[in-house]
Amino acid sequence: MSILEQLSMALAGDELEVVDLTHALDPDFPVMVLPPEFGQCARFRMEEVSAYDHRGPAWKWHNLTLNEHTGTHFDAPIHWVSGRDWPNGAVDEIPAEHLIGPVCVIDCSAGATLDDDFELTPAIIEAWERAHGEIPAGAWVLMRTDWSRRKGAEYLNMAEDGPHSPGPTPDAIRLLLSRDIRGFGTECVGTDAGQGAHYDPPYPAHFLLHGAGKYGLQCLCNLDRLPPTGAVLIAPPLKIRGGTGSPLRVLALVPKG
Amino acid sequence: MTLDRPKKKNPQIRTRVPTLPPGARSRAALGMAVMAAQGKFALQHCDECGAVQYPPREACAACLSSALSWKGTEPYGKLLAETRIQASPDPYFRERLPWRMGSVRLEAGPVVLAHLVGVGRGDRVKMELRLDRAGQGVMVARPVERSEDMEDDPVLRAMGTHPKHRRILISDATQPVARPLIDALMAAGADHVFAGIPEMWRRPPGMAAVEGLENVSLVPLDVTDQQGLKDAASEIGGKVDILINTARHIRPGGVMGHDTTAARDEMEVNALGLMRLAQAFGPAMAGRTADGVNASAALITILSAHALSPDPAFGAFNASQAAARSVVQTLRAEFAGAGLRVMAVYTGPTDDEWHQPLPPPKVAPKALARAIVEGLQLGHEEVFCGDVARDLAERWQQNPALLEREITGGGA
Amino acid sequence: MSTPYDGVVLTCPITVPYVRYSNETAHWWIARALRGALQAADLSPRDIDGLSVSSFTLFPDTPVGLTQHLGLSLRYLDTIPMGGASGVVAARRAARAVQAGDVDIVACVAGDANRIDSFRNLLSAFSRFSLDASYPYGFGGPNATFALIMDAYMAEYGATRDDFGRIAVAQRANALRNPQALMKKPLTLEAYLNARMISDPVGLFDCVMSCAGSEAFLVMREDEAIRRNLPFARLRGSIEAHNAFPDDPVQLRGGWARDIDALYYQAGCGPADIDLLQTYDDYPVISMMQIEDLGFCDKGDAAAFVRDHDLTIDGDFPHNTSGGQLSAGQAGAAGGYLGFVEAIRQVTGQAGPTQVADARLAMVSGFGMVNYDRGVCSAVGILEGVE
Repeated sequence: MSILEQLSMALAGDELEVVDLTHALDPDFPVMVLPPEFGQCARFRMEEVSAYDHRGPAWKWHNLTLNEHTGTHFDAPIHWVSGRDWPNGAVDEIPAEHLIGPVCVIDCSAGATLDDDFELTPAIIEAWERAHGEIPAGAWVLMRTDWSRRKGAEYLNMAEDGPHSPGPTPDAIRLLLSRDIRGFGTECVGTDAGQGAHYDPPYPAHFLLHGAGKYGLQCLCNLDRLPPTGAVLIAPPLKIRGGTGSPLRVLALVPKG
Repeated sequence: MTLDRPKKKNPQIRTRVPTLPPGARSRAALGMAVMAAQGKFALQHCDECGAVQYPPREACAACLSSALSWKGTEPYGKLLAETRIQASPDPYFRERLPWRMGSVRLEAGPVVLAHLVGVGRGDRVKMELRLDRAGQGVMVARPVERSEDMEDDPVLRAMGTHPKHRRILISDATQPVARPLIDALMAAGADHVFAGIPEMWRRPPGMAAVEGLENVSLVPLDVTDQQGLKDAASEIGGKVDILINTARHIRPGGVMGHDTTAARDEMEVNALGLMRLAQAFGPAMAGRTADGVNASAALITILSAHALSPDPAFGAFNASQAAARSVVQTLRAEFAGAGLRVMAVYTGPTDDEWHQPLPPPKVAPKALARAIVEGLQLGHEEVFCGDVARDLAERWQQNPALLEREITGGGA
Repeated sequence: MSTPYDGVVLTCPITVPYVRYSNETAHWWIARALRGALQAADLSPRDIDGLSVSSFTLFPDTPVGLTQHLGLSLRYLDTIPMGGASGVVAARRAARAVQAGDVDIVACVAGDANRIDSFRNLLSAFSRFSLDASYPYGFGGPNATFALIMDAYMAEYGATRDDFGRIAVAQRANALRNPQALMKKPLTLEAYLNARMISDPVGLFDCVMSCAGSEAFLVMREDEAIRRNLPFARLRGSIEAHNAFPDDPVQLRGGWARDIDALYYQAGCGPADIDLLQTYDDYPVISMMQIEDLGFCDKGDAAAFVRDHDLTIDGDFPHNTSGGQLSAGQAGAAGGYLGFVEAIRQVTGQAGPTQVADARLAMVSGFGMVNYDRGVCSAVGILEGVE
């Protein structure tokens, strides 16, 4: 039996399950809020073109308006200034084989429950490696915070000094880059902490990851259903020419039991 | 005669189908609607001999000159005769009998037939040009001194858009105008205000100012969200008597030196948003314009006076305002058949963060709110709020091409 | 002063019985009246060379269309769009044309259809000023316009509803003798006063009932009438006026007042010589104004006049002997002919049950066309019957 036949059997049987790590796109799903003088991330909007009516008797369809970074989405290297010159840095140029791969999940949920500004530090990563082995090259690393259980205002968690949500320190990202990861993903609205502007460099996840040609995933959910290691992530963005990112459906193949 | 708050509606009784008073007019008589829309009392005056004319006509009845101009006219006269009409073949008036009308000798000369409000034969009366339910300008004779409950008179109530006992939806209550607007509406006797909040889930700035008020309920509403509008309309659409569109997206900047992202947001909110609002709430409102005391009455939108002629410093925004103005004009035509008034409130630069570097005069939210409510109370259709808007409108009416040169070509 | 209408006569008065509602068109009603008048004179349609038409409901036709429609071949074609003043005006213009030799025989016809709802349609497009400045104010139609006039008249001269009621009651009594009148029930003053109000102070019995119907008469040279052995009347005098007192703020007098002295001079008679009066009675207040303006009493005294006189056929002041429009019905423009045709019948001794004894001189006055706030057209004729 070939390896793909084995995979099919596993999916059909009770050895593997497919976990959906994606939020539904809807008009009220929070997006990044920037100061009003900046251009804003378009909210998801859906307008009916026809609905089995005089506008189209037998079919229903919608026109969509959204930003590349609306909802559960993928960040390509060219999203950030540090990655602007990275070869194959746009979503349409990313090699297809990069879009499926192993995934490591670092559970920060306990800390994030206590501290909105919880930081993922090298110490946490190293502790994780002691328990689960070194992060393999080419792996996705996801930071589990259970933040996806929050809704609306709590999710953005805006205060007068800006948003407060967990994220990685610059050194944590540097450590992950030293493992040659494929990309880094979070449950929050961005890969960086809400207060990530105050790090050096500001927004280290964006700046360092994309500067190194790595990818980002954000607004993920269901990370609590993934094992620390052993799952496979499927995360292909839309093939938008020159696109800096894309909403997408993120799936994980997870061994059962 | 004070209008009582209506009882709860009997759900077994059919909502009355709206009818309109006679709406056909000659081209000359349309001038009355133009003046009534702005709350002006004006008649045709002969440019050559000065004779004041009425009814509107094509040539002076004193000297046959064709040079007749609409000019402000002394709005006083004497009521010569009166009647209470108790039978009419017209469906609109049949439903509203008895109806009082009379003939007034204006101090300016002509004799006019007019609707009567609280006046009797022999009285000195003050005349107003008002818009009736057909959207046409009509004469109203009322006491020289306006009384507090005058607008409760069935004649004025039938043609008016007064907020008293009405339920009002404010599309974006996070705007600075919202709180003073709610206060002014309540002071004018409004029954309830639905305060629309875009992205209510994130408690946007401005929301706190309208929270926890008596007879005010917050409603998630975003004029860029078609489905959300549909949901809101299916929940409260049957109760909205007056819809005030305060949603506004404004960014400084012309056309060059910017991309179209901000312009698109402006179009989305200011022009398309108005369309979506009208599409979501308009049909139910149009079906309820004859629904008793709290019948639906008007749709209002706030426009920049630069919708008439743009200020290049806000060029993209003004393009959205011109588009919105055009939408207003189309809606006016589309809702005319239902008798639903479509009112535009034009304002100069508002006293907010986006006009912060501009010198005064600027329109304070309170003044804008007052202008909206006063326009509703008097049934106007075109309201110009603040000195800048009034000045622009006047120059635009005189010579739109010259106004463009004055704004863009360094007119001193 | 106007030249007398010597050598010209009025003959063959025809009234086609009125009907409250009818599906027939104005063309049908006009054809019936015309046929009746021609048959009375033993003429065929090709024998007449003049036609004068008054009708509101011919659309899309004008009287031009009627020539082909009715098979007429003419030298003279007139249209008199003057509503209640149409009868007198049609006669005086036709008389001049016949007198001048432009035409030999003119048939004067008025008629209108009345389908259900056609009154409302007629009102809604009556005149531009009405459209612009009258109908939007309660759409009371002429009832509201005349309510204002009546209100002002009562305030100015102290007339009461009782006084107006006397006119209506007397006309109903006359109508009961006219088998063709639409109103068949007696009217008491009490019933008049207690009737529902239509537009204060206009009550139900101040208003005419619109209906379908037509009227006609012929104008020809006197020798032609004699040759055909037709009873005829002479037009002793006539006047017309349009927008006569434009500066009166309310219409408390009609155009009749302007040239009434000239009329009596032309006719060689005075008010005392008149045997019967046919006023245009769209509302009793207008009849009252006519009684004053035609010189039967001083201005403002008509209320006292109607209290002091008996206005019925056998009374001392026979007035609207057929019942007038108030009791016989108002058949559109034919209403402007009603009194005139009745007057020809009266002075030629053909009025039958409504005949006034020894009627020789009749005065007919017309009033028409509320263009805005008042009737604009007025006309008066004095007819003399010839034995």
